[in-house]
Amino acid sequence: MTMNLYAAQNPASSKVAARALDVHYGEKQALFAVDLDIRAGEVTALIGPSGCGKSTFLRCINRMNDMVDGARVSGSLTLDGSDIYDRNVDVVQLRARVGMVFQKPNPFPKSIYDNVAYGPRIHGLARDQAELDEIVMNSLEKAGLLGEVEDRLQESGTGLSGGQQQRLCIARAIAVAPEVILMDEPCSALDPIATAKVEELIDELRENFTIVIVTHSMQQAARVSQRTAFFHLGKLIEVGDTEQIFTNPQQPLTQGYITGRFG
Amino acid sequence: MQTLTLAVVLLLLSTLAFQLGRKRAFAVSERQSMPLHSLPGYYGSWVALWCGLPAFAILALWLMFEPSLVRELVVADLPAAMRDLPADRVDVLVNEVRNAAMGHATADADLAVAAEHYNHLRHIGFAVIAAITVTIALAGAAFAWRRIQPELRARPRVEASVNVFLVASSTVAIFTTIGIVLSLLFEAMRFFNMVGFMDFLFGLNWSPQMSTRSDQVGSSGAFGMIPLLTGTMLISLISMVVALPLGLFSAIYMSEYAQPRVRAVAKPALEILAGIPTVVFGFFAVITVAPVIRSVGEVFGLSVAAESALAAGFVMGITLIPLISSLSDDVITAVPQSLREGAFGLGATRSETIRQVVLPAALPGIVGGVLLAVSRAIGETMIVVMAAGLSAKLTFNPLEAVTTVTVQIVTLLVGDTEFDSPKTLAAFALGLMLFAITLGLNVVALHIVQKYREKYD
Amino acid sequence: MTEMAQTTAAATRTAETVAARLGRRYAAERRFRALGLASILMSVAFLAILLGTIVQKGWTGFMQTQIALEVSFDPQVIDPDGGRDPLTLDTADYADLVRNAMAARLAPDADRNARRDLSSMVSTMAADQLRRMVTGNPALIGTKATVWLLASDKLDMVSKGQAPRQPGAVGNVLNDRQLAWLGALEEAGQTRKTFNTTFFTAGDSRAPEQAGIWGAVVGSFFSLAITLLVSFPLGVATAVYLEEFAPTNRWTDLIEVNINNLAAVPSVVFGLLGLAVFLNVFHLPRSSPVAGGLVLALICLPTIIIAGRAALKAVPPSIRQAAAGLGASPLQIVSHHVLPLAMPGMLTGTILGMARALGETAPLLMIGMVAFIVDIPKSPLDPSAVLPVQIYLWAGSSERAFVEKTSAAIMVLLLFLVSMNMVAIILRKKFERRW
Repeated sequence: MTMNLYAAQNPASSKVAARALDVHYGEKQALFAVDLDIRAGEVTALIGPSGCGKSTFLRCINRMNDMVDGARVSGSLTLDGSDIYDRNVDVVQLRARVGMVFQKPNPFPKSIYDNVAYGPRIHGLARDQAELDEIVMNSLEKAGLLGEVEDRLQESGTGLSGGQQQRLCIARAIAVAPEVILMDEPCSALDPIATAKVEELIDELRENFTIVIVTHSMQQAARVSQRTAFFHLGKLIEVGDTEQIFTNPQQPLTQGYITGRFG
Repeated sequence: MQTLTLAVVLLLLSTLAFQLGRKRAFAVSERQSMPLHSLPGYYGSWVALWCGLPAFAILALWLMFEPSLVRELVVADLPAAMRDLPADRVDVLVNEVRNAAMGHATADADLAVAAEHYNHLRHIGFAVIAAITVTIALAGAAFAWRRIQPELRARPRVEASVNVFLVASSTVAIFTTIGIVLSLLFEAMRFFNMVGFMDFLFGLNWSPQMSTRSDQVGSSGAFGMIPLLTGTMLISLISMVVALPLGLFSAIYMSEYAQPRVRAVAKPALEILAGIPTVVFGFFAVITVAPVIRSVGEVFGLSVAAESALAAGFVMGITLIPLISSLSDDVITAVPQSLREGAFGLGATRSETIRQVVLPAALPGIVGGVLLAVSRAIGETMIVVMAAGLSAKLTFNPLEAVTTVTVQIVTLLVGDTEFDSPKTLAAFALGLMLFAITLGLNVVALHIVQKYREKYD
Repeated sequence: MTEMAQTTAAATRTAETVAARLGRRYAAERRFRALGLASILMSVAFLAILLGTIVQKGWTGFMQTQIALEVSFDPQVIDPDGGRDPLTLDTADYADLVRNAMAARLAPDADRNARRDLSSMVSTMAADQLRRMVTGNPALIGTKATVWLLASDKLDMVSKGQAPRQPGAVGNVLNDRQLAWLGALEEAGQTRKTFNTTFFTAGDSRAPEQAGIWGAVVGSFFSLAITLLVSFPLGVATAVYLEEFAPTNRWTDLIEVNINNLAAVPSVVFGLLGLAVFLNVFHLPRSSPVAGGLVLALICLPTIIIAGRAALKAVPPSIRQAAAGLGASPLQIVSHHVLPLAMPGMLTGTILGMARALGETAPLLMIGMVAFIVDIPKSPLDPSAVLPVQIYLWAGSSERAFVEKTSAAIMVLLLFLVSMNMVAIILRKKFERRW
């Protein structure tokens, strides 16, 4: 792992790359000329005060902002070098490659099994029942949930505890075998113990997936991420290795936020 | 007209009482140099209430019972031969007397006398009631006026009486329900004394026309409600087959797909559809839909009855589209956005999200809405009265004519009603069944919808 | 690193599989979307067809056909003994004058059959027209004058194109001879269409060309006035009580459940209640707007209560707290602050309830409002029809011309409903507040 601060600002070696990315919601501009690279196989944390644009940036990567009326995106945002907002890109395809975990656990009101099997089913990833079973079990296993739910796969996913629900949602996301997983404050609705479990899980998933996580907890960013990007008022202020951002921020704004002077 | 004048006079008296009470409150307070407990207006209102309330209460009671009282007196004074006629004939006579009293000519000398008597009674009655109410109003006002003291707690007293009015108003709904149940039960019990309850509930034959006159021989008629129930079910089923897909898909399209421009046209259109009286739809069924269905049937070599269940059910279905659509719209929009995002985030298309996530989540609410619509279809009257038939046939063929519970209720009660023949009373027994069925459906439906709302609140 | 490789392989496979199925999935998406759009379009189309049918069948109902005839006011027919006695003038056979005039114009040597055909082309009202002319101006007797007389419903239908005018066509209402006569009259410019004032001023009639909706409009007005007077105060009071004062206990729960259920009770059941209680117990006059108005009041009470409660709920608690902080009593809080703010919402709900009551038919049939009533009601106690019941009655008439009258009456009813809804919408727009 290189310690050079700005060496990775190179689209070729990054999974996701933003260049001069602007986002408007109607009249209001939410992101201003953001340049950011997200490296493969790492956890990148996006931090900043609420309303700073970190969630907006996250939602651009799998084009969830398409659903918002009046949202406009300009500049370039690439996944493996190809433009996410290209006319020929299909959102369904894109989202199969870029999965997402949301702030509030949102299991479907279906059984635990069906929740995890949903993605593979719609995308037709399993040729037969046995293969589907395997995918589901694997995903639950990877999400560290299998042991807790093995004997009640047919029960409703909404009956699980908050932390279990969130891990179910993670299992649901990885069942599709995406390349990137976006996490939008995945622990904000969880208690400390459940949070610890999810954080542990994120650390394990790093081996298989590129992860981008939005968090407003600096401790969490420090614990789970390799790189951290600090957003403020829609602008990317600073990005770098997590350790460097928290020990030796280059920008006074970052320093102010880290030391808790605002936020 | 006279009564209206009396009411206006009483109102004027109350207004006057208000002014006097207010003045008195000022005066008393000044004389005793003591501050008033309440605002002077409350003293005025208090006097006005004492003036108006008892008088209006007595007037209301009088209005309620005057017609029966005068009627009894007039009937009592009719020649014995007329008095002893059956109840319904006496009704007709009383009506004639009333008409004669209004100045229409009558050929019968006895009736002319009775009419004069009637007018006389009403005049005396009015004079008496006018005297009583005005006296009571004045007495009440005087009583309250004399009791005005600065320490009199006028506001709580006035507020207490307003409170009584509020509570009383809220019980009207209860009394309406009690009134419905009692009146249906009472007449239905009389019916079940003549026709066996089991025969009614499980009988396969309905032909009340047999018994139009109670004195006819062999006039028992047949009162088995099964054919009516099947007819009602058939037409309701057809209407749901039309309304459910159209209403549900309209709701889905409007809440999940439609551009604001489409919604701006479609929503008001559905609201207009919902606001059109059913008698208009009944006419539409007869004049347009039934002929079209007949001629389409002819093309396929099918013989379609002029009053086919299909025509009535189809048009009823159209009237139910807005209901289903708006209820489904409510429950679909109540499905949390996070569930949709969850599915979109996995790469589901819009229709996959709707079919596999939104609709299953909204299902209980939709079921509740459908039950409400079924209940509406079962109770719907005008469309079937106009477009469905009268023949109580036990069939499930939508091309034939069937009849429904509501059609029979209307048919049995329109025209001459005799409250001692099973024919008339049968309508109340049917009404009781209709009330029970729709009430059951509504309770279940409201319960389901309530549960559903709580889940996502 | 092998696991990473596996995952990469899985991801590649995902991308490929997804791509392969994409076409089919988007086709399903388009089908689903098309189904939704088709449903909306069909619903709107039904509405359009309904309104289109009504307007197409009904707009001619606002016009009526008249025939210009030279009428000779024959003294032999009107006043043979020349006394000019008002009673003689009033009871003379004016229909004979009409028949003579028709025969003189169209078939001077008509036999009895032909004369019957002739007279059935003119409304029986024509004789009344002549009677009014003569009694108003007896000097007319013995003179000749060209008078525009009201045509019969059948001629009216043909002339407006609502019935075929080819001889021998299916559905003819006039016979060939009458069609020929009509042709002759039209050619000579002796027919015209004027605005149908009868329709807006008359009560019901067996003869379509003499039937009007005024009686029903007045009946509806009286009924709605009673409904409003009863249901508005009761509804507002109930809403205020339940929303502002009622403690939450089983009793208020019961009232609430009750109101919700009443809202869904079929209206025909309310009719049964009206028949059993208002007519049989309290002996209110049958077919009268009083009885009808009371039944309708019970029907729209739940609507008003529910709308009223929603309007009260929308008033923010801060207003109540502010007033209470100044020492206002609970009743003063409600009457000075909450109620005025909630009133527009309550009025909107009330108007919508009234609109529903205006279109309600079934319960009124139960209390005898189906009677054939010619006279315009003078008070809410007189027997009368209401608009929707009039529509029902006309829809059931066998005369073809009543189809047109029914449709025209529906247009009037819908016009009333639309204007009531407009008022409600404007009210809502104008007083809408955002807190």
